[in-house]
Amino acid sequence: MSTPAHKLGQNPDIRETKPEIRLNDLEKRLLNEFQKGLPLSPTPFADMANSLGTSEALVLQILERLQKQGVISRVGPVIKPQRIGASTLAAMAIPEDRLEAVAHVINRYSEVNHNYERENRFNLWFVVTAPDQAHLDAVLADMEEKTGFPVLNLPMEKPYHIDLGFPLWC
Amino acid sequence: MLSKQDKELIAEIQSGLPLASHPYAEIGERVGLSEQKVIQRIGSLQAGGVIKRMGIVVRHHELGYTANAMVVWDVPDERLDEIGELLGSQDYVTLCYQRPRRLPDWPYNLFCMIHGQKRERVLQIIDAIVESEDLADIPHKVLFSGRRFKQRGARYL
Repeated sequence: MSTPAHKLGQNPDIRETKPEIRLNDLEKRLLNEFQKGLPLSPTPFADMANSLGTSEALVLQILERLQKQGVISRVGPVIKPQRIGASTLAAMAIPEDRLEAVAHVINRYSEVNHNYERENRFNLWFVVTAPDQAHLDAVLADMEEKTGFPVLNLPMEKPYHIDLGFPLWC
Repeated sequence: MLSKQDKELIAEIQSGLPLASHPYAEIGERVGLSEQKVIQRIGSLQAGGVIKRMGIVVRHHELGYTANAMVVWDVPDERLDEIGELLGSQDYVTLCYQRPRRLPDWPYNLFCMIHGQKRERVLQIIDAIVESEDLADIPHKVLFSGRRFKQRGARYL
């Protein structure tokens, strides 16, 4: 018996159709050691290669491939939220049979980066970032108008811990 | 406040450095700064806390870290700092933020994220934290993620 499409998202263990990407030892070391502390030297990739005992060309080739495969989103900065522009975490409570359609409406906003289904009455969660607060408020109001559902607006008030990467394969 | 120059620099690097031998020199060419100046500004933005880290930003999902839990807590206001620091310092917690309650719909004011390869393992980790840190009297809910409708880095500028 096939599972209805709208149920597929509920169990992370059965959701994946793509095979999990397997990395070799060098790739794992690269990802483990350089989630932070990218060298601030003229040739950061050559420095990374040196410390891993390999070549700059190979490091660049691995990073390009992993970026293409979607394993890494970028090599670059993680910016402290709300130091620049305005951002918020927002949620909506959407009936199951409307969820996908509303999610696609939300996706169309260039101000939205992450947009996830979560297991709760509030089942659609997304992050909105904008150059300033007025722009952010306008986007949230527009979303309510376009979808007909209220937005729960949950801006960060205080960070206790911010993503500094974490050890993989431990 | 950030200078116009720093804003331009961040706008240029926020979606990633060029994967090339001299990435900072390439960025410098685009924004009209020397390689040395780009390196110096990035270092200073890091020291000032605007940039939290520079490095490889991994998408955990693609590596099999598919159990992504947002754990939300309803913490008495006077204990927020104490419990926020406590949760933020736990090994598997990648983010821990205070956010506003929105009563009556949403009573939770502390949010943390835990990623794992298996759902059962993530639940074990949460149970262990509740037990070892004596948090049984703080109501919490675990919201696992389902479908990812969109995921990319934030663009502030």
